[in-house]
Amino acid sequence: MGDTAFIELNQIVKDFPGVKALKGVDFSVYPGEVHGLIGENGAGKSTIIKIMMGVHQKNSGSIKINGDEVIIDNIIQAGRLGLAAVYQDLNLAMDLSIGENFFIGNLPKKKSGLVNWKYVYEETEKTLKDLKIVIDPRKKISELSPAMQEMVAIAKTVHLNSKLVIFDEPTALLTNEEVEILFDIIKTLKKRNVAIVYISHRLEEIFDICDRVTIFKDGEWVDTTDVEEIDEDQLINKMVGRNITEMYNIGHQSPGDDVIRVKNLTREGNFQNISFDVKAGEIFGFFGLVGSGRTEIMRAIFGADKLTSGSIELNGKPYKPKSPIDGIKKGIGFLPEDRKEQGLALALSVKHNINLSSYKDINRFSFVDKKQENSRADKYIDKMSIKTPSRRQTVGNLSGGNQQKVVIGKWLCNDSNIFIFDEPTVGIDVGAKREIYKLMEELAAAGKAVILISSYLPEVMGLSDRMAVIYEGNLTAVLDRKDFSEERILKHASGIK
Amino acid sequence: MKKLINKFKEGKIAEGNLILILIAIIILLAIFSPKFLTANNIKNLVRQTSIIGVVAIGMTFVIISGGIDLSVGSILGVASIISSMLMVSGLPIFLAIIVAMVVCTLLGVINGIIVYDGKVPPFIATLGMMTAARGIVMLISNARMIAGLPRTFSNFAQITILGMPSLFFVWLLVIIATFIVTSQTVIGRNLFAFGSNPEAARLSGINIRTLTYFIYGISGFMCAIAGILMTSRLSNGIPTAGTGYELDAIAAAVVGGASLSGGSGTIIGTVLGALLIAIIRNGGNLLGINPFILQISVGVLIVVSVMIDQRRKASV
Repeated sequence: MGDTAFIELNQIVKDFPGVKALKGVDFSVYPGEVHGLIGENGAGKSTIIKIMMGVHQKNSGSIKINGDEVIIDNIIQAGRLGLAAVYQDLNLAMDLSIGENFFIGNLPKKKSGLVNWKYVYEETEKTLKDLKIVIDPRKKISELSPAMQEMVAIAKTVHLNSKLVIFDEPTALLTNEEVEILFDIIKTLKKRNVAIVYISHRLEEIFDICDRVTIFKDGEWVDTTDVEEIDEDQLINKMVGRNITEMYNIGHQSPGDDVIRVKNLTREGNFQNISFDVKAGEIFGFFGLVGSGRTEIMRAIFGADKLTSGSIELNGKPYKPKSPIDGIKKGIGFLPEDRKEQGLALALSVKHNINLSSYKDINRFSFVDKKQENSRADKYIDKMSIKTPSRRQTVGNLSGGNQQKVVIGKWLCNDSNIFIFDEPTVGIDVGAKREIYKLMEELAAAGKAVILISSYLPEVMGLSDRMAVIYEGNLTAVLDRKDFSEERILKHASGIK
Repeated sequence: MKKLINKFKEGKIAEGNLILILIAIIILLAIFSPKFLTANNIKNLVRQTSIIGVVAIGMTFVIISGGIDLSVGSILGVASIISSMLMVSGLPIFLAIIVAMVVCTLLGVINGIIVYDGKVPPFIATLGMMTAARGIVMLISNARMIAGLPRTFSNFAQITILGMPSLFFVWLLVIIATFIVTSQTVIGRNLFAFGSNPEAARLSGINIRTLTYFIYGISGFMCAIAGILMTSRLSNGIPTAGTGYELDAIAAAVVGGASLSGGSGTIIGTVLGALLIAIIRNGGNLLGINPFILQISVGVLIVVSVMIDQRRKASV
């Protein structure tokens, strides 16, 4: 760590119409430092980053780089000042090669005026090698795995000789091993005296990789401290004023009868011979690494994908879904992993989304019963405490947590008795997570069967009554709550006998 | 009513801008051209607009669903030729009309099948249908006009009821029916959900296969109505009838606030859009403005109205 901060933000204020996003916050990052930035959604993390990157303009306050005051008007200028960000939706041109992406907008030319491809690929390869990323720079981005795409995006910031790199939720799509690789790269950057901002909802990562951490709450600076001087409980307390021990603390029910019985379920290329059962009133966890086939199993049960073989019983009766219409009719509610792409019609109102699956029940000769439509919407807005100015509000304008509640409301409105949650808390802040967990508890208490798919181990361990572990499309274990142990579950999840 | 006016002031009614522009243009034209507000001119205007207006309404369904239908002009031609050939061959008028409606609706449903089951993008699927259907028309008519239609049929378009052309009432009926379908029924709710996010709609239990067939079928059905009206108006079956209508219909829907990315659009908006374009053309003619300049201004209108709409959406 050097003596002067690479970037120093002082008393930054940012107003949006109707919202004070930042109320005078301080934030500084030193060269060679990994600085964690945490806070709930709406705390102002993304706003301050966007101000640093020139996407938004501050209303007041100052930004200094290496001690000199600067004005950052746009993203190109931010780049010139040595600032770079790796966002979740990566800014890479998918159909161009890695090398082309590195040199985009600045392709080297030969004397003849043609592109000097040899130089492009040699330089790109050098940068990749330095970071120990082994891949052909001629490959197209679209041919790479999501994890590798992210690595390439990071390598590009190195190539651009960035002095400050911002990581926004970099591990959301990565497996455990890939996270290790990512951390190695971050350590390499650190050795090169690059200043790093690290944003994550996964607090244990802050302890793994960061030197210091800054906490924001409701647009205000709360604290900046060395990570060694703080523990996870204190961190959460500062973020939300609540303890982690409470996080997963929900009541458990004594389970009722089998609601789902699955036998030898197979879908070629995705999973084989899956057998398990889920009881009324229980939370049944499904743990496995990304790509292990968890989501595919549930999609097939819901009717979204076709099965090759196997049988399913719902409430003791045989069930063969041909499309989601069948699953919904039998009372299955599916909350997809990607709620924006699969769960919600973002451009439509809260009311419309909540009723989306149940218009079949509230119409006469296809004419919508508007009284029912409104009262059902109000009922679930109230029941889920969805924060929205009115039922007419466009869902796209709600926060992630409230959007997720709208999806849950949709299935409650349809009177579902089996709820499949696929990664329900990805990208949702701590406070809203807690509310979602509470809702799961209530569902189970009301005698519904709840299935929870998650790749976040503390979550599945904390909430589930029983847990199935999936490895490469095979079910490797079904464990009771008393037998949960991190080591044991990870062994099953990685195929170690 | 007060509520409505308040909503209007707050810019919450999507068609607000459009209504204001329309009123402004009507006032300007009434001041500058004494002919504009005459009964004859209004009748003429309405006759011209009704036919494309019906096509544009079918197009609105498709555009709300996130698709596009380039085949409307050709399917209109199919309706014109089939109905007139059948009538000339002696089939009762209403039977000829029904056959034309069934055939055109089926052609629309075939579009839907190609789009859904064939997984062909709507632009391409309907481009194919546009070309093929026009080919069918030329083939069965030998590319010749069909003359000798029954008097009763040709007279229909000339009748006026309460001083307005009969075509207008057909259009009005279509407007009312489709307005109800889009705003009051489950089909309407599902249409918007599908257009806004097809995958979420599917995973919410909406039968998107039948919905797709229905949407393109409706568009085909509207083309049949428009084709029959046009045949009556021109007293002949014309093989080139409807050429270029696809773009006029898209223009009306888009000026009316429908988004080509799906999920938004209204019947009333499309009606206003069709009227606005027609009034600019009609008024321009009355004022003796060079028609090519009018064409340029309609082009500008299309682009500007979408720009304004994008702004409005971004500010919400």
